[in-house]
Amino acid sequence: MTAIMQLSFDVNGAPVVVEVQARTTLADCLRHTLGLTGTHLGCEHGICGACTVIVDDAAVRSCLMLAVQAEGTRVVTVEGLSGDDSLTPLQAAFRKHHALQCGFCTPGMITTLHALLTDEPFADADRIRDVLSGNICRCTGYIPIIEAALEARIAYQGKREDGRR
Amino acid sequence: MKLAPLDYKRPASLQEAIAILAAHDGAALPLAGGQSLIPILAFRLAAPTMLVDLRGVPGLDGIAIGPGGVRLGAMVRWRDIEDEKRLAAAWPLLPAVISHIAHYQIRNRGTVGGSLAHADPAAELPGLAVTCDATIEIVGRDGPREIPASALFVGALSTSLAAGDLIVGMRLPPWRDGRRWAFEEFALRRGDFAIVGVAAYYDLDDAGRVVDAHIGAIGVSEYPIRLTAAEQALNGSPIDDATIAAAARAACAMVEPQDDIHASAAYRRALVGTLTERALARASA
Repeated sequence: MTAIMQLSFDVNGAPVVVEVQARTTLADCLRHTLGLTGTHLGCEHGICGACTVIVDDAAVRSCLMLAVQAEGTRVVTVEGLSGDDSLTPLQAAFRKHHALQCGFCTPGMITTLHALLTDEPFADADRIRDVLSGNICRCTGYIPIIEAALEARIAYQGKREDGRR
Repeated sequence: MKLAPLDYKRPASLQEAIAILAAHDGAALPLAGGQSLIPILAFRLAAPTMLVDLRGVPGLDGIAIGPGGVRLGAMVRWRDIEDEKRLAAAWPLLPAVISHIAHYQIRNRGTVGGSLAHADPAAELPGLAVTCDATIEIVGRDGPREIPASALFVGALSTSLAAGDLIVGMRLPPWRDGRRWAFEEFALRRGDFAIVGVAAYYDLDDAGRVVDAHIGAIGVSEYPIRLTAAEQALNGSPIDDATIAAAARAACAMVEPQDDIHASAAYRRALVGTLTERALARASA
Protein backbone atom coordinates (compact mmCIF):
# COMPACT_ATOMS: atom_id res chain seq x y z
CA MET A 1 0.00 0.00 0.00
CA THR A 2 2.99 2.31 0.07
CA ALA A 3 3.69 2.05 -3.62
CA ILE A 4 5.44 5.08 -5.03
CA MET A 5 3.60 6.71 -7.90
CA GLN A 6 5.19 8.81 -10.57
CA LEU A 7 3.20 11.76 -11.78
CA SER A 8 3.70 14.85 -13.89
CA PHE A 9 2.10 18.26 -13.80
CA ASP A 10 3.00 21.91 -14.28
CA VAL A 11 4.13 24.00 -11.32
CA ASN A 12 4.44 27.73 -11.81
CA GLY A 13 4.72 27.31 -15.56
CA ALA A 14 7.34 24.57 -15.61
CA PRO A 15 6.69 20.83 -16.01
CA VAL A 16 7.68 18.66 -13.05
CA VAL A 17 7.83 14.91 -12.56
CA VAL A 18 7.62 13.70 -8.97
CA GLU A 19 7.47 10.38 -7.17
CA VAL A 20 5.10 10.36 -4.19
CA GLN A 21 2.98 7.97 -2.20
CA ALA A 22 -0.70 7.93 -3.09
CA ARG A 23 -1.53 9.33 0.35
CA THR A 24 0.65 12.43 -0.13
CA THR A 25 -1.37 15.63 -0.27
CA LEU A 26 -0.61 18.21 -2.92
CA ALA A 27 0.47 20.54 -0.09
CA ASP A 28 3.08 18.09 1.19
CA CYS A 29 4.23 17.34 -2.35
CA LEU A 30 4.75 21.05 -3.04
CA ARG A 31 6.53 21.69 0.25
CA HIS A 32 8.56 18.52 0.81
CA THR A 33 9.14 17.09 -2.64
CA LEU A 34 9.44 20.34 -4.60
CA GLY A 35 10.72 22.60 -1.82
CA LEU A 36 8.06 25.22 -2.44
CA THR A 37 7.53 26.22 1.17
CA GLY A 38 5.63 29.39 0.33
CA THR A 39 2.48 27.27 0.58
CA HIS A 40 1.71 27.11 4.29
CA LEU A 41 -0.06 24.32 6.09
CA GLY A 42 -2.22 25.36 9.01
CA CYS A 43 -5.00 22.97 9.91
CA GLU A 44 -4.46 20.14 7.40
CA HIS A 45 -8.20 19.49 7.18
CA GLY A 46 -9.64 22.20 5.02
CA ILE A 47 -10.63 24.84 7.55
CA CYS A 48 -7.99 27.57 7.54
CA GLY A 49 -7.25 28.29 3.86
CA ALA A 50 -3.51 28.90 4.40
CA CYS A 51 -2.55 26.18 1.89
CA THR A 52 -4.63 27.59 -0.98
CA VAL A 53 -3.02 27.15 -4.40
CA ILE A 54 -4.43 27.63 -7.89
CA VAL A 55 -5.11 24.46 -9.90
CA ASP A 56 -6.27 24.92 -13.49
CA ASP A 57 -7.18 28.56 -12.69
CA ALA A 58 -9.30 27.69 -9.63
CA ALA A 59 -8.33 28.35 -6.01
CA VAL A 60 -8.27 25.07 -4.09
CA ARG A 61 -7.05 23.81 -0.74
CA SER A 62 -3.89 21.84 -1.33
CA CYS A 63 -4.39 19.91 1.92
CA LEU A 64 -7.70 18.60 0.56
CA MET A 65 -6.22 17.34 -2.67
CA LEU A 66 -3.90 14.41 -3.19
CA ALA A 67 -0.84 15.00 -5.30
CA VAL A 68 -1.99 12.19 -7.59
CA GLN A 69 -5.14 14.21 -8.29
CA ALA A 70 -2.95 16.97 -9.71
CA GLU A 71 -1.64 14.72 -12.52
CA GLY A 72 -1.88 16.67 -15.77
CA THR A 73 -2.98 19.95 -14.17
CA ARG A 74 -1.44 23.40 -14.00
CA VAL A 75 -0.59 24.36 -10.42
CA VAL A 76 0.33 27.90 -9.40
CA THR A 77 1.66 28.61 -5.91
CA VAL A 78 2.41 31.94 -4.27
CA GLU A 79 5.97 31.64 -5.64
CA GLY A 80 4.60 31.64 -9.17
CA LEU A 81 2.58 34.83 -9.11
CA SER A 82 5.43 37.23 -9.80
CA GLY A 83 7.73 36.50 -12.71
CA ASP A 84 10.71 38.14 -11.01
CA ASP A 85 11.76 39.57 -7.66
CA SER A 86 9.24 42.41 -7.76
CA LEU A 87 5.88 42.34 -6.00
CA THR A 88 2.67 41.82 -7.95
CA PRO A 89 0.15 44.67 -7.67
CA LEU A 90 -1.81 42.56 -5.17
CA GLN A 91 1.30 41.90 -3.09
CA ALA A 92 2.26 45.58 -3.25
CA ALA A 93 -1.21 46.53 -2.05
CA PHE A 94 -0.86 44.12 0.89
CA ARG A 95 2.40 45.83 1.81
CA LYS A 96 0.97 49.33 1.46
CA HIS A 97 -2.12 48.55 3.57
CA HIS A 98 -0.22 46.54 6.22
CA ALA A 99 -2.39 43.55 5.36
CA LEU A 100 -0.14 41.12 7.16
CA GLN A 101 1.58 40.80 10.51
CA CYS A 102 2.91 37.30 11.12
CA GLY A 103 2.38 36.39 7.47
CA PHE A 104 1.34 32.79 8.02
CA CYS A 105 -2.02 33.14 6.30
CA THR A 106 -0.72 35.52 3.64
CA PRO A 107 0.17 33.01 0.87
CA GLY A 108 -3.37 31.62 1.06
CA MET A 109 -4.87 35.11 1.10
CA ILE A 110 -2.81 36.14 -1.94
CA THR A 111 -3.53 33.02 -4.01
CA THR A 112 -7.25 33.14 -3.14
CA LEU A 113 -7.56 36.81 -4.03
CA HIS A 114 -5.49 36.39 -7.20
CA ALA A 115 -7.86 33.67 -8.41
CA LEU A 116 -10.91 35.71 -7.41
CA LEU A 117 -9.79 38.97 -9.01
CA THR A 118 -8.67 37.21 -12.18
CA ASP A 119 -12.20 35.80 -12.50
CA GLU A 120 -14.08 38.73 -11.02
CA PRO A 121 -11.99 41.90 -11.27
CA PHE A 122 -14.96 44.05 -10.23
CA ALA A 123 -15.70 42.06 -7.06
CA ASP A 124 -17.05 44.38 -4.37
CA ALA A 125 -16.15 44.42 -0.69
CA ASP A 126 -19.06 42.10 0.19
CA ARG A 127 -17.96 39.54 -2.38
CA ILE A 128 -14.35 39.76 -1.18
CA ARG A 129 -15.51 39.28 2.43
CA ASP A 130 -17.62 36.30 1.42
CA VAL A 131 -14.70 34.65 -0.38
CA LEU A 132 -12.23 35.37 2.44
CA SER A 133 -14.55 33.72 4.95
CA GLY A 134 -12.64 30.58 3.96
CA ASN A 135 -9.25 32.05 4.93
CA ILE A 136 -8.51 32.47 8.61
CA CYS A 137 -6.28 35.32 9.82
CA ARG A 138 -5.73 35.48 13.57
CA CYS A 139 -3.58 38.60 13.90
CA THR A 140 -3.97 41.29 11.25
CA GLY A 141 -7.72 41.35 11.06
CA TYR A 142 -9.48 41.48 7.77
CA ILE A 143 -10.01 45.22 7.23
CA PRO A 144 -6.56 45.98 5.77
CA ILE A 145 -6.70 42.76 3.73
CA ILE A 146 -9.99 43.84 2.16
CA GLU A 147 -8.64 47.35 1.57
CA ALA A 148 -5.62 45.86 -0.20
CA ALA A 149 -7.81 43.62 -2.36
CA LEU A 150 -10.08 46.51 -3.33
CA GLU A 151 -7.11 48.63 -4.34
CA ALA A 152 -5.49 45.80 -6.33
CA ARG A 153 -8.61 45.26 -8.47
CA ILE A 154 -7.56 47.93 -10.96
CA ALA A 155 -4.58 45.80 -12.01
CA TYR A 156 -6.95 42.99 -13.02
CA GLN A 157 -9.63 45.09 -14.69
CA GLY A 158 -7.95 45.52 -18.06
CA LYS A 159 -8.35 41.83 -18.77
CA ARG A 160 -12.12 41.53 -18.37
CA GLU A 161 -14.74 44.14 -19.05
CA ASP A 162 -17.84 42.57 -17.57
CA GLY A 163 -16.38 41.47 -14.26
CA ARG A 164 -17.97 38.04 -14.55
CA ARG A 165 -16.23 34.77 -15.01
CA MET B 1 -3.24 14.65 10.44
CA LYS B 2 -1.56 12.78 7.60
CA LEU B 3 -3.43 10.12 5.66
CA ALA B 4 -2.67 6.49 6.36
CA PRO B 5 -1.02 4.57 3.52
CA LEU B 6 -3.39 3.48 0.79
CA ASP B 7 -3.50 2.51 -2.85
CA TYR B 8 -4.94 4.60 -5.64
CA LYS B 9 -6.52 3.80 -8.98
CA ARG B 10 -7.92 6.06 -11.65
CA PRO B 11 -10.23 3.91 -13.80
CA ALA B 12 -11.14 5.08 -17.28
CA SER B 13 -14.69 3.72 -17.31
CA LEU B 14 -17.68 3.33 -15.02
CA GLN B 15 -17.57 -0.46 -15.35
CA GLU B 16 -13.93 -0.53 -14.32
CA ALA B 17 -14.60 1.73 -11.32
CA ILE B 18 -17.46 -0.45 -10.12
CA ALA B 19 -15.44 -3.62 -10.62
CA ILE B 20 -12.62 -2.24 -8.44
CA LEU B 21 -15.04 -1.05 -5.75
CA ALA B 22 -16.92 -4.35 -5.73
CA ALA B 23 -13.73 -6.43 -5.63
CA HIS B 24 -12.61 -4.64 -2.47
CA ASP B 25 -15.94 -5.21 -0.72
CA GLY B 26 -16.07 -1.92 1.14
CA ALA B 27 -12.32 -1.47 1.66
CA ALA B 28 -12.12 0.75 -1.44
CA LEU B 29 -13.83 4.14 -1.49
CA PRO B 30 -14.69 6.31 -4.47
CA LEU B 31 -12.91 9.67 -4.59
CA ALA B 32 -14.75 12.53 -6.28
CA GLY B 33 -13.75 16.05 -5.19
CA GLY B 34 -12.42 14.77 -1.89
CA GLN B 35 -13.60 17.78 0.09
CA SER B 36 -15.29 15.60 2.73
CA LEU B 37 -13.37 12.35 2.26
CA ILE B 38 -9.83 13.73 2.57
CA PRO B 39 -10.48 15.38 5.99
CA ILE B 40 -11.99 12.09 7.17
CA LEU B 41 -8.86 10.27 6.02
CA ALA B 42 -6.63 12.93 7.60
CA PHE B 43 -8.44 12.39 10.92
CA ARG B 44 -8.21 8.63 10.28
CA LEU B 45 -11.93 8.23 10.86
CA ALA B 46 -12.05 5.86 7.89
CA ALA B 47 -9.42 3.37 6.81
CA PRO B 48 -9.89 2.41 3.16
CA THR B 49 -7.04 0.48 1.58
CA MET B 50 -7.81 1.92 -1.85
CA LEU B 51 -9.14 5.14 -3.34
CA VAL B 52 -10.86 4.94 -6.70
CA ASP B 53 -10.54 8.36 -8.31
CA LEU B 54 -13.55 9.07 -10.53
CA ARG B 55 -11.80 11.87 -12.38
CA GLY B 56 -11.13 9.73 -15.44
CA VAL B 57 -14.63 8.22 -15.65
CA PRO B 58 -16.50 9.80 -18.57
CA GLY B 59 -20.13 10.87 -18.41
CA LEU B 60 -20.38 11.83 -14.74
CA ASP B 61 -20.38 15.58 -15.31
CA GLY B 62 -22.94 17.86 -16.86
CA ILE B 63 -26.04 19.76 -15.79
CA ALA B 64 -29.12 19.00 -17.95
CA ILE B 65 -32.13 21.31 -17.83
CA GLY B 66 -35.31 20.19 -19.58
CA PRO B 67 -39.07 19.69 -19.30
CA GLY B 68 -38.43 16.67 -17.06
CA GLY B 69 -36.58 18.79 -14.51
CA VAL B 70 -32.89 19.13 -13.77
CA ARG B 71 -30.28 16.39 -13.80
CA LEU B 72 -26.94 16.86 -12.07
CA GLY B 73 -24.11 14.46 -12.86
CA ALA B 74 -22.32 13.09 -9.81
CA MET B 75 -19.09 14.95 -10.60
CA VAL B 76 -20.82 18.33 -11.02
CA ARG B 77 -19.10 20.77 -8.68
CA TRP B 78 -20.75 23.53 -6.63
CA ARG B 79 -18.86 25.97 -8.85
CA ASP B 80 -20.48 24.45 -11.94
CA ILE B 81 -23.94 25.00 -10.44
CA GLU B 82 -23.06 28.61 -9.56
CA ASP B 83 -21.86 29.15 -13.13
CA GLU B 84 -24.99 27.64 -14.77
CA LYS B 85 -26.99 30.86 -14.85
CA ARG B 86 -30.08 29.24 -16.43
CA LEU B 87 -30.84 27.54 -13.11
CA ALA B 88 -31.96 30.83 -11.56
CA ALA B 89 -35.10 30.58 -13.71
CA ALA B 90 -35.28 26.83 -14.29
CA TRP B 91 -34.89 25.59 -10.69
CA PRO B 92 -34.26 28.66 -8.49
CA LEU B 93 -34.20 26.80 -5.17
CA LEU B 94 -31.11 24.84 -6.29
CA PRO B 95 -28.63 27.74 -6.71
CA ALA B 96 -30.09 29.39 -3.60
CA VAL B 97 -29.26 26.32 -1.53
CA ILE B 98 -25.88 25.74 -3.19
CA SER B 99 -24.77 29.29 -2.34
CA HIS B 100 -24.63 28.27 1.32
CA ILE B 101 -22.27 25.33 0.77
CA ALA B 102 -18.79 25.70 2.20
CA HIS B 103 -16.18 28.25 1.19
CA TYR B 104 -14.83 29.52 -2.13
CA GLN B 105 -11.97 27.04 -2.50
CA ILE B 106 -14.09 24.05 -1.49
CA ARG B 107 -16.83 25.05 -3.94
CA ASN B 108 -14.23 24.70 -6.69
CA ARG B 109 -13.83 20.98 -5.96
CA GLY B 110 -16.77 19.66 -3.92
CA THR B 111 -19.26 17.57 -5.90
CA VAL B 112 -22.91 16.57 -5.96
CA GLY B 113 -22.17 12.84 -5.73
CA GLY B 114 -19.60 13.30 -2.99
CA SER B 115 -21.99 15.29 -0.81
CA LEU B 116 -24.80 12.77 -1.27
CA ALA B 117 -22.55 9.80 -0.49
CA HIS B 118 -20.97 11.55 2.51
CA ALA B 119 -24.45 12.13 3.99
CA ASP B 120 -23.57 14.75 6.57
CA PRO B 121 -26.66 15.54 8.70
CA ALA B 122 -26.09 19.28 8.23
CA ALA B 123 -25.21 19.23 4.51
CA GLU B 124 -27.37 21.30 2.20
CA LEU B 125 -27.62 19.11 -0.91
CA PRO B 126 -28.93 16.02 0.90
CA GLY B 127 -31.52 18.31 2.52
CA LEU B 128 -32.58 19.70 -0.84
CA ALA B 129 -32.74 16.19 -2.30
CA VAL B 130 -35.01 14.85 0.45
CA THR B 131 -37.20 17.96 0.58
CA CYS B 132 -37.74 18.08 -3.18
CA ASP B 133 -38.33 14.40 -4.02
CA ALA B 134 -35.05 14.01 -5.87
CA THR B 135 -34.19 10.72 -7.52
CA ILE B 136 -30.73 9.28 -6.99
CA GLU B 137 -29.21 7.39 -9.92
CA ILE B 138 -26.93 4.55 -8.86
CA VAL B 139 -24.90 2.04 -10.83
CA GLY B 140 -23.82 -1.08 -8.97
CA ARG B 141 -22.70 -4.62 -9.56
CA ASP B 142 -26.13 -5.54 -10.92
CA GLY B 143 -26.41 -2.53 -13.21
CA PRO B 144 -28.22 0.79 -12.89
CA ARG B 145 -31.08 1.52 -10.50
CA GLU B 146 -32.86 4.54 -9.06
CA ILE B 147 -34.00 5.28 -5.53
CA PRO B 148 -35.78 8.24 -3.97
CA ALA B 149 -33.42 10.46 -1.98
CA SER B 150 -35.35 9.59 1.18
CA ALA B 151 -34.18 5.99 0.77
CA LEU B 152 -30.51 6.95 0.46
CA PHE B 153 -29.94 8.39 3.93
CA VAL B 154 -30.11 5.93 6.81
CA GLY B 155 -28.02 7.61 9.52
CA ALA B 156 -25.38 10.22 10.19
CA LEU B 157 -22.67 9.82 7.50
CA SER B 158 -24.44 6.63 6.51
CA THR B 159 -26.26 5.62 3.33
CA SER B 160 -28.00 2.57 1.92
CA LEU B 161 -25.30 2.22 -0.75
CA ALA B 162 -23.65 -1.21 -0.93
CA ALA B 163 -20.02 -1.94 -1.77
CA GLY B 164 -19.65 -1.45 -5.49
CA ASP B 165 -22.51 1.07 -5.70
CA LEU B 166 -21.70 4.39 -7.24
CA ILE B 167 -23.94 7.46 -7.36
CA VAL B 168 -23.85 8.66 -10.97
CA GLY B 169 -26.40 11.47 -10.83
CA MET B 170 -29.36 13.13 -9.18
CA ARG B 171 -32.60 14.28 -10.77
CA LEU B 172 -34.92 17.00 -9.53
CA PRO B 173 -38.54 16.85 -10.78
CA PRO B 174 -40.05 19.56 -13.00
CA TRP B 175 -40.33 23.01 -11.49
CA ARG B 176 -43.79 24.53 -11.84
CA ASP B 177 -44.31 28.08 -13.02
CA GLY B 178 -45.30 30.41 -10.23
CA ARG B 179 -43.93 28.17 -7.51
CA ARG B 180 -43.05 29.95 -4.25
CA TRP B 181 -39.81 28.92 -2.55
CA ALA B 182 -37.11 29.87 -0.05
CA PHE B 183 -34.11 28.47 1.79
CA GLU B 184 -33.08 29.72 5.21
CA GLU B 185 -30.01 28.59 7.09
CA PHE B 186 -28.35 29.55 10.35
CA ALA B 187 -24.58 29.04 10.62
CA LEU B 188 -22.00 30.87 12.71
CA ARG B 189 -20.19 32.08 9.59
CA ARG B 190 -21.41 31.97 6.02
CA GLY B 191 -19.99 28.81 4.48
CA ASP B 192 -19.71 26.95 7.77
CA PHE B 193 -21.85 23.92 8.42
CA ALA B 194 -25.45 24.78 9.12
CA ILE B 195 -26.69 24.50 12.67
CA VAL B 196 -30.17 24.24 11.14
CA GLY B 197 -31.44 24.87 7.62
CA VAL B 198 -34.98 24.83 6.22
CA ALA B 199 -35.92 24.52 2.54
CA ALA B 200 -39.50 25.12 1.45
CA TYR B 201 -41.60 25.38 -1.67
CA TYR B 202 -45.30 25.30 -2.46
CA ASP B 203 -47.71 26.00 -5.29
CA LEU B 204 -50.97 27.96 -5.17
CA ASP B 205 -54.28 26.81 -6.65
CA ASP B 206 -56.71 29.12 -8.47
CA ALA B 207 -58.30 30.11 -5.18
CA GLY B 208 -54.94 31.09 -3.69
CA ARG B 209 -54.69 28.05 -1.43
CA VAL B 210 -51.43 26.18 -0.86
CA VAL B 211 -51.01 22.88 -2.66
CA ASP B 212 -48.11 20.43 -2.70
CA ALA B 213 -46.12 22.06 0.12
CA HIS B 214 -42.63 20.62 0.53
CA ILE B 215 -40.68 21.63 3.63
CA GLY B 216 -37.54 19.93 4.91
CA ALA B 217 -34.84 20.50 7.48
CA ILE B 218 -31.13 19.74 7.95
CA GLY B 219 -29.24 19.72 11.23
CA VAL B 220 -32.09 18.38 13.38
CA SER B 221 -31.72 14.66 12.86
CA GLU B 222 -29.20 12.04 11.79
CA TYR B 223 -30.26 12.73 8.22
CA PRO B 224 -32.43 15.30 6.42
CA ILE B 225 -36.14 15.06 7.12
CA ARG B 226 -39.40 16.37 5.67
CA LEU B 227 -41.34 18.57 8.08
CA THR B 228 -44.57 16.80 7.20
CA ALA B 229 -46.60 18.38 10.02
CA ALA B 230 -45.70 21.83 8.72
CA GLU B 231 -46.62 20.77 5.18
CA GLN B 232 -50.04 19.59 6.42
CA ALA B 233 -50.55 22.89 8.21
CA LEU B 234 -50.05 24.69 4.90
CA ASN B 235 -51.80 22.48 2.36
CA GLY B 236 -55.32 23.69 1.59
CA SER B 237 -54.94 27.00 3.40
CA PRO B 238 -54.41 30.49 2.09
CA ILE B 239 -50.91 31.71 2.92
CA ASP B 240 -51.11 34.34 5.63
CA ASP B 241 -49.40 35.12 8.92
CA ALA B 242 -51.64 32.74 10.86
CA THR B 243 -50.96 29.83 8.50
CA ILE B 244 -47.23 30.49 8.55
CA ALA B 245 -47.22 30.64 12.36
CA ALA B 246 -49.16 27.38 12.55
CA ALA B 247 -46.72 25.69 10.19
CA ALA B 248 -43.75 26.94 12.22
CA ARG B 249 -45.31 25.60 15.44
CA ALA B 250 -45.97 22.26 13.79
CA ALA B 251 -42.36 22.11 12.54
CA CYS B 252 -41.01 22.76 16.06
CA ALA B 253 -43.27 20.15 17.57
CA MET B 254 -42.29 17.33 15.23
CA VAL B 255 -38.48 17.49 15.37
CA GLU B 256 -36.39 15.66 17.95
CA PRO B 257 -32.92 17.17 17.76
CA GLN B 258 -30.01 16.13 19.98
CA ASP B 259 -27.62 18.22 22.05
CA ASP B 260 -24.12 18.50 20.63
CA ILE B 261 -21.14 20.82 21.00
CA HIS B 262 -22.55 23.28 18.44
CA ALA B 263 -26.02 23.78 19.87
CA SER B 264 -28.46 22.40 22.42
CA ALA B 265 -31.51 20.42 21.36
CA ALA B 266 -33.77 23.22 22.57
CA TYR B 267 -31.89 25.78 20.50
CA ARG B 268 -32.10 23.65 17.38
CA ARG B 269 -35.82 23.12 17.95
CA ALA B 270 -36.36 26.87 18.28
CA LEU B 271 -34.31 27.45 15.13
CA VAL B 272 -36.53 25.07 13.16
CA GLY B 273 -39.52 27.21 14.03
CA THR B 274 -37.79 30.50 13.33
CA LEU B 275 -36.33 29.35 10.02
CA THR B 276 -39.59 27.75 8.88
CA GLU B 277 -41.38 31.01 9.58
CA ARG B 278 -38.70 33.04 7.79
CA ALA B 279 -38.65 30.69 4.80
CA LEU B 280 -42.43 30.81 4.37
CA ALA B 281 -42.54 34.58 4.87
CA ARG B 282 -39.87 35.02 2.23
CA ALA B 283 -41.53 32.53 -0.13
CA SER B 284 -44.87 34.31 0.12
CA ALA B 285 -43.50 37.85 -0.11
